[in-house]
Amino acid sequence: MDIFDILGPVMVGPSSSHTAGAARIGYMARTLLGSRPLTARIHLHGSFAETGIGHGTDRALVGGLLGMKPDDMRLPFSFEEAEKQELSFTIDEIELPDAHPNTAVIDVDGEGGTHLLMQASSLGGGRIMVNKLDGIDVNFTGAYNTLVIHNQDENGAIAAVTGILNQLHVNVANMSLCRHKRGGDALMVIETDQHLTLHQVDFLRHLDGILSITYYDKEDDDDGSQFDA
Amino acid sequence: MALNSMREIFDQMREQHLAFWEVVLAYDMDERQVSPEGSKAKMLLTWQAMRDAADAYTGQRSSLSGLVGGDGMKMRQYNLRGESMLGGYVSAVIAEALSMAESNACMRRIVAAPTAGACGVLPAVLLPLDLTQHQILQALYTASGIGAVIASRASIAGAEGGCQAEIGTASAMAAGALVAIRGGSGEQIGHAVAMALKNLMGLVCDPVAGLVEVPCVKRNVIGAVNAVSAADMAMAGIQSRIPVDEVIEAMGQVGRRMPVEFRETALGGLANTPTGRAVKERMQAARKR
Repeated sequence: MDIFDILGPVMVGPSSSHTAGAARIGYMARTLLGSRPLTARIHLHGSFAETGIGHGTDRALVGGLLGMKPDDMRLPFSFEEAEKQELSFTIDEIELPDAHPNTAVIDVDGEGGTHLLMQASSLGGGRIMVNKLDGIDVNFTGAYNTLVIHNQDENGAIAAVTGILNQLHVNVANMSLCRHKRGGDALMVIETDQHLTLHQVDFLRHLDGILSITYYDKEDDDDGSQFDA
Repeated sequence: MALNSMREIFDQMREQHLAFWEVVLAYDMDERQVSPEGSKAKMLLTWQAMRDAADAYTGQRSSLSGLVGGDGMKMRQYNLRGESMLGGYVSAVIAEALSMAESNACMRRIVAAPTAGACGVLPAVLLPLDLTQHQILQALYTASGIGAVIASRASIAGAEGGCQAEIGTASAMAAGALVAIRGGSGEQIGHAVAMALKNLMGLVCDPVAGLVEVPCVKRNVIGAVNAVSAADMAMAGIQSRIPVDEVIEAMGQVGRRMPVEFRETALGGLANTPTGRAVKERMQAARKR
């Protein structure tokens, strides 16, 4: 247990699950989209739909999409900020069978033709879990550095990526693989103990069979982490 | 080591010849693999965030529902007029608790301690005191160690254990912090924690319309004032007849047996009064628009 989860996080109120967690979900979506978001369709499920307005869940999700962290004082004004940054968005309600009560689905298009469909839930205390990416079941939390890789489902793609990580002395903490059907597109989620540089992520991007790759760096999410060294 | 019981912390204090707060510091250094300077710097940043939040309070803001705002300023002005029955330190504690909890409800930046809904309790008892940097570190490490023990043995989430898990835990953290800066022993910290938790045991989580506003803001006041009285009792040499780890266990048990209506679902208590239901309907109408 981290004592700064007891005394912390430093966050914009009023709720760690409905506000801080929502901002983190939006921020995760922006990161995995990999470019500036242009249009977003946000769907709220369960308690997010029921009490979201009173908790600023909607503003926090949009703020996160604009790159705001849970402690960003601009979160309450994210709708106005979205207008300035030319992000258009809609927010409505959705009923998802078997989803966690605090769940959002973000369907977003970004600069350069990028697209992401992400379902994520807020577990309490600001912790989140990503449940689905582009229709494929996943589960990761942002507690590790995370590589999300779309690849062609063919021999060697996995070995190529993990081989490079091995050479970089990057240890794989968790890894999951999914595909729609044999020989189609597949999704790799790799959680690592060590950080990757942008240069290293770029190198992986140019491997054979890799369609797209995005990287979430855990350090981006910490507050005051520069003092940890 | 782990922060699984108060007993373990007392044992470490004895074996390593450390103060309570130093055991928690050593735990953080080990857990996050940081230097003492790195750990303390992060703790002081946390304190700075609490102070900034208090300084930014104006009394002019109101929450998204309109239920909350301005009460911290009313209390400050009442205190300034010299009309407070408690007077002095405790009346200042009340004003700080209201102000911080209101700031949270009004989407301002706060420090969860241990949760956002209970963020006013710990800073409320510390901000009115003129503390040295050493005392700030003593207070905050002590408080976070206590919170960590309660989180691992019971719960700090209203959805799991009711308000006693949030405001109760915050109150126990604040009581222990006060004893630490007054130079109390580890045992006295333990008694203060036990008494603070016992006196709020059974408190339900019944937020009107599911929002962190009513009764949460004012519950921060009882958490803070209860902490001061528990700390004073412990410093006077008064002991909890039930050992602190057993009190924490009991609190966890009460929380687990609490009906779901009283665990943050907004289905019981104040949320289920005619006025509480009317607020919920008003918020639902806003949602449809």
